[in-house]
Amino acid sequence: MEFEAVIGLEIHAQLRTESKLFCGCSTRFGSEPNTQVCPVCLGMPGVLPVLNRRAVEYALKMALATGCRVNTNSRFARKNYFYPDLPKGYQISQYELPLAEKGEVLIEVEGRRKRVGITRIHLEEDAGKLVHGEGADSRYSFVDLNRAGVPLIEIVTEPDIRSPDEAVATLKALRDILLYLEICDCNMEEGSLRCDANVSVRPTGETTFGTKTEVKNMNSFRFLRNALEYEIKRQIEVIEEGGKVVQETRLWDPSRGVTVSMRGKEEAHDYRYFPEPDLLPVPVEEGWLEEIKGGLPELPAEKAERFVREYGLPPYDAGVLTASKHLALFFEECVRLYPKPKVVSNWIMSEVLKELNRENKDIKDSSLTPDLLASLLKLIDEGVISGKIGKTVFEEVYRTGKDPRKVVEEKGLVQIADRDALKGIVEEVLKTHPAQVEQYRKGKEGLIGFFVGQVMKKTQGRANPKVVNELLREALS
Amino acid sequence: MKPYSLTIHEAHRLLKDGELSPEELTRSVLERIDEVEERIKAFVTIDREGALKAAREAGERLKRDEGVTPLTGIPISIKDIFCTKGMETTCSSRILRGFVPPYDATVVKRLKEAGAVIVGKNNMDEFAMGSSTENSAFQITRNPWDLERVPGGSSGGSAAAVAIGESLASIGTDTGGSIRQPAALCGVVGLKPTYGRVSRYGMIAFASSLDQAGPITRDVEDAAILLGIIAGHDPLDSTSIDEPVPDYLEGIGRGVKGLKIGIPKEYFIEGMDKEVEEAVREAAKTLEKEGAVVEEVSLPHTEYAVATYYLVATAEASSNLARYDGVKYGYRVEDPENLLDMYCRTRDKGFGAEVKRRIMLGTYALSAGYYEAYYGKACQVRTLIKRDFEEAFGKVDIILTPTSPTPAFKVGEKIDDPLKMYLSDVFTIPCNLAGLPGLALPCGFTRGGLPIGMQFIGRALDEATILRAAYHYQSVTGWHLLKPSL
Repeated sequence: MEFEAVIGLEIHAQLRTESKLFCGCSTRFGSEPNTQVCPVCLGMPGVLPVLNRRAVEYALKMALATGCRVNTNSRFARKNYFYPDLPKGYQISQYELPLAEKGEVLIEVEGRRKRVGITRIHLEEDAGKLVHGEGADSRYSFVDLNRAGVPLIEIVTEPDIRSPDEAVATLKALRDILLYLEICDCNMEEGSLRCDANVSVRPTGETTFGTKTEVKNMNSFRFLRNALEYEIKRQIEVIEEGGKVVQETRLWDPSRGVTVSMRGKEEAHDYRYFPEPDLLPVPVEEGWLEEIKGGLPELPAEKAERFVREYGLPPYDAGVLTASKHLALFFEECVRLYPKPKVVSNWIMSEVLKELNRENKDIKDSSLTPDLLASLLKLIDEGVISGKIGKTVFEEVYRTGKDPRKVVEEKGLVQIADRDALKGIVEEVLKTHPAQVEQYRKGKEGLIGFFVGQVMKKTQGRANPKVVNELLREALS
Repeated sequence: MKPYSLTIHEAHRLLKDGELSPEELTRSVLERIDEVEERIKAFVTIDREGALKAAREAGERLKRDEGVTPLTGIPISIKDIFCTKGMETTCSSRILRGFVPPYDATVVKRLKEAGAVIVGKNNMDEFAMGSSTENSAFQITRNPWDLERVPGGSSGGSAAAVAIGESLASIGTDTGGSIRQPAALCGVVGLKPTYGRVSRYGMIAFASSLDQAGPITRDVEDAAILLGIIAGHDPLDSTSIDEPVPDYLEGIGRGVKGLKIGIPKEYFIEGMDKEVEEAVREAAKTLEKEGAVVEEVSLPHTEYAVATYYLVATAEASSNLARYDGVKYGYRVEDPENLLDMYCRTRDKGFGAEVKRRIMLGTYALSAGYYEAYYGKACQVRTLIKRDFEEAFGKVDIILTPTSPTPAFKVGEKIDDPLKMYLSDVFTIPCNLAGLPGLALPCGFTRGGLPIGMQFIGRALDEATILRAAYHYQSVTGWHLLKPSL
């Protein structure tokens, strides 16, 4: 029997506000434990939450960017459970009336485009962190509440996703939007972007859902893919062996490459949600919403479409270039200085991204500027250097931020296009390879490449390939 | 007359005229505490040094005539539910023993800024859950009119202290009657303002949508003075109302001529004390004689109020009290075996029986599968109760009811029968559910010499009108002038 997977994602994104959701404490990451706390986020007796309007604004940006319908009077609710990192014994979240509902995000997998529905986006506060004691303290756990109260949005997708690839694409698309909006750092390792998945399988063609499991602890794109692949396979095996999938929460164990049961349906928490009586409904005035809408940047999908339309790029190139807002900006600036979009795109997608990925950097953090890349491309066009030498020059420019013209001069890389200068070298090459010359003359014309290579070797790649070709053909004819 | 038995406004006049110093006044109150506290047990914390220091500072302010308010140099006490910076705050619970807040409740901050002298923290039912102050983890407060009897609750320590002269006034809190019922049982004035009129910041939450702070005083004028100081919008409490605070003393003496007073027929129930009923009916006649128009009104959903209240209040409480888990402050059990053991034993030993009962009730009411039938239904009925009042206030200006169905009952009389105890608040609870202001004041005595209270309920934010009616009533009757003697 053929099976298909049905996947929905629950994504938590920490908002990059200066202060926490319900108090004035800083949200900075990595400070000494319990240095960014106050009576409110410590859950001391009698204190009350006061909503940070900036967090609402950020959440609304995401809601509008994903085409959600905004509730103009959403409500906070308490989610009740006990855990030492949850100082009040409840998390202030949203339940019945979330901030926004019914949006969508566009993904593309293997050239097929697809809309993934967004069920809801709501605001909530983050919990603190437990630090387990070591050595003499190993009997104890310590609580760090710096993160307690940091604003999060939870984005819940519809169960529209049918494969791990689509899940990864959905998370990437949402991450790209969050980054474009500059409302989340999206650092999965630090936990500023987290993803859980609801997974079930069913025979292909079936319309009702199978029993789902919730998979947690997938803090990278790779883990998301691996965990989903594993979980789908596991569920299919269970069914094929005549068993039933059990509704439960499972944790991805990256070291063993498996998901393991964390708690079953019986142990599932009853969160006893009820409307938070300490906060009023969240008013979103029409004017405010319009203002936020007006201030939204061009989003990745729109930008990619425009790149195809305006620059004639293949959709694949457009997708790669627009995945990062800064990279897209870099591309457009290069094209302004050097108006050959496809050439610029090729260089960015090969050379530039190769260097950036090697260093795990964003373009904005590198010393490469559109100016430098554009003048390098111009040097190639002008015939000052060859494309091949260009790559060597690029590496130096990328590393040092030096003007390419200067690099070419300093390293003596100016291309030799002088026929007289090259003639001697060509003759010398032919003289040292008589066997090959004979074979060529007998009809093995492919050997021309071998001769060009030899000339290039002798000139350290500086010879103008076009001139070399001409000279070789003349000499061999 | 001893200084400790003065009202705020009387003391203020003497302080301003230099006939009495804040220090003398405070010493008088502290001596009174020494004299009677052993028998009354109205305080869980007494801060003699702090009080005398504040009194001396107030004396300086008065001397320089700088920033003097009607409260400057006035010794008051505060229910131990309000966080006081640097002073232990327990809510009369073991679980908060040793908790010293690093912040003042907004109410406390405003009182301090006004120059009040805080002599100590009053005993109460643990986490304000109770109607007799017998649920305090530390001690049982006695009714100054009869030491065998309870002072009411949960602000029983406050009401008893004010009645016997251990402070000139106190600030209590009222979730279902916890200011008004003890005020009635101790023969003093208690005002629960409109929900949101006074900031809840720093006031330890019992049921957030019902809790409200208010004054307990010896007369209506004092209630007006204190309300004027503690009321007003607070950016730290999102549910506090952003409306200007009127001068509650202005127009307080305008009388009741033409004032329409409604008497809800549902408030004279079977099982209520005959003497209480008579006293309230008599008060209605007095008001009529003074020119008020008294008519019967109906609040048809009254009979559901207690049930509704015990769903809403316990549901909110079950969540509000989750933070007392032994992790961060207050009591933690010794040598827990693991996390669950720490939670369970800390909360088992830290909370008293009534608190545990309500946490369980509230947890149940919010549980999956029961939410709609209990909490959800209660919220709907709450709306109906609100509507009852809206309709009644279409016809009348204020509503007059008894405060409590019985006068002070004996210590131990109801403690083993929670339902009977819950009915002590049958007349005060609807006010909280509707968020309306209610004021309790003395309206007579039983033949056995126990005070009887009545209640005025006003429109939202219309504390001024109930204060005016109460002020007029007290000035033509004088019940409030009678004092207990030990």
